[in-house]
Amino acid sequence: MKNRKNFSAVAVPKKHRKWSRDDTELSLLGLPTFIWFAIFSFLPMFGLIIAFKDYKLTPGRGFLYSLINSDWVGFSNFNFFLKSNTFGMLLRNTLLYNIVFILLGIIIPVTFAVMINQLHNKFISKAYQTMMFFPHFMSWVVVSYFVFAFLNPDKGLANAIIKAFGGERILWYSQPQYWPFILIIMQVWKTMGYSMVVYLASITGIDGSLYEAAMLDGANKWQQVKYITLPSIKSVVIMMFILNVGRIFYSDFGLFYQVTQGVPNSLTNVASTFDTYIYMALQSNVSIGKTAAASLFQSIACCVTVLAANFIVSKIDEESAII
Amino acid sequence: MSKVTTKKNDSDELKLNAIKPATNRLFNLVFIILSFVSLFPVFFVLMISLSSEQSIAQFGYQLWPNEFSSSAYQFLWHERGMIFRSLFVSVLVTVLGTAIGVLLTTSMGYVLSRQQFRLKGFYTWIVFIPMIFNGGMVANYVVVNNILGLNDTIWSLILPLAVSSFNIIICKTFFRTTIPDSIVESAKIDGASQLSIFVRIVVPISKPVFATIALFLTFSYWNDWFQSSLYISNAKLISLQALLNNMMKNLEFIAKNPSAGLSLQQYKNSMPSESVRMAIAMVIVLPIACVYPFFQKYFISGLTIGAVKG
Repeated sequence: MKNRKNFSAVAVPKKHRKWSRDDTELSLLGLPTFIWFAIFSFLPMFGLIIAFKDYKLTPGRGFLYSLINSDWVGFSNFNFFLKSNTFGMLLRNTLLYNIVFILLGIIIPVTFAVMINQLHNKFISKAYQTMMFFPHFMSWVVVSYFVFAFLNPDKGLANAIIKAFGGERILWYSQPQYWPFILIIMQVWKTMGYSMVVYLASITGIDGSLYEAAMLDGANKWQQVKYITLPSIKSVVIMMFILNVGRIFYSDFGLFYQVTQGVPNSLTNVASTFDTYIYMALQSNVSIGKTAAASLFQSIACCVTVLAANFIVSKIDEESAII
Repeated sequence: MSKVTTKKNDSDELKLNAIKPATNRLFNLVFIILSFVSLFPVFFVLMISLSSEQSIAQFGYQLWPNEFSSSAYQFLWHERGMIFRSLFVSVLVTVLGTAIGVLLTTSMGYVLSRQQFRLKGFYTWIVFIPMIFNGGMVANYVVVNNILGLNDTIWSLILPLAVSSFNIIICKTFFRTTIPDSIVESAKIDGASQLSIFVRIVVPISKPVFATIALFLTFSYWNDWFQSSLYISNAKLISLQALLNNMMKNLEFIAKNPSAGLSLQQYKNSMPSESVRMAIAMVIVLPIACVYPFFQKYFISGLTIGAVKG
């Protein structure tokens, strides 16, 4: 990185050059994307003032006019959300599920990546990877149909198996106690192969002579994994970890909403997260100011966690931080 | 001479360093099970879509139906007006979205990869800030729906997903490491503008990264149902994923507009409702299942480029 800067400094000696034709052309080349970001990323940030307003549509006027002329209400929208009973439940669900997902999302794929890297036959190993990669390409809508094929109370495979062993059939979609497991299993099912291949890519990048040296020193397989493989992929693991911790207040909306068939009332307690709550509020007649307050809370919480996670990592190991 | 002997030793050592055959068999078994688990649901749903309605009513969903029937697919063929329209919306959104997204992403990636560009810092922040903070679902909805008024147009499906900061960073890293400054400089001396450098020089030598970004976008557009559920209420703009999504909520969604000559009730009764849903799922899954093995490596290369710190 530093070397590169030195090279370019040689090519262009003066640091504070004048604005050149080159700069104009590059600015213009980047302009369409800049406009996209202005509209779809930065305009929404200003749209967040709706969270501080008691938005009322002025009859016959447009949205912006109504927004500007609505009353400021300070933080009352936030108070409403933060003090409601749902808030604690949403916070618990979102954080707990994400913590489990982050831990399993590291342990399981890394284990399998290490294992698949040891297989003797590389061609078969490729075939396994391709098959395990498949769920990544399915949308949650399609996955919800897969799940439905198993959990349909009357016709599903799960109840057919239970009945075959003489058990009582289970009304899956109204029994909350099973859903934490079902949701976790589906999340692991969908992401496992993909993450495994990502970690495998960095494992195969490790210099083979390290293993040879270790073997000559009498290290067994387990010691090689512990002292060479795992330390070598540490920075990728940490990067994935930061990215995921930064999204700890977000949930995979499709997982919670689609797999549960739209979060029925009976499953609200175990399957609703900030995203499903906001989405459902947006579809219902809850005031948009209150919904926006919930959404803004989520964005701010996320911003804080990603910066904090990055800060902690940069203290432990400067090289691994991403910002 | 000595080289040859070391080579032989190397391969011996590598063999020595491999896991024991018993462990290898155990690991293979584990991965056979995992591969099976990954693919099994597709097979199961395919079998349900091929079951006859009577067989489903009598025995439930079966791994190997008692009675095979293509009635679900015949029904879809009968309703081909609707299915093809949804397919057309899906394909149009995917193609247009991928084209627009690739242009916006790679041009910005190239601009950010130019070290001497005066606005580089500013543009970098513009791309970087949304990775840390964003307006969230409600604010995006308000902008697309109320301010831009894109609801119930195809653009509400295309534009919000066109650009992502992560993809731009992949492009930037790729261009910076693969395009030598000297080529760009010499083209400039020949009087080429940055646009023509981008089109004539950068694009031809950067095909892998274009393929990667295009694939990321293609799959995210093809699999998207969320934008539809937020912005689309016009039945003519329903994509395949959205159609499937609506049918989950309401089995008879597809039967809302029965073909001429049948009452609504007759029509509903004639519909093999269970297998039709699974058949539509197969219509979405099969194209992906057929093509993804060929494109998988571009996904991985994109991710590993992205992982290199820019």
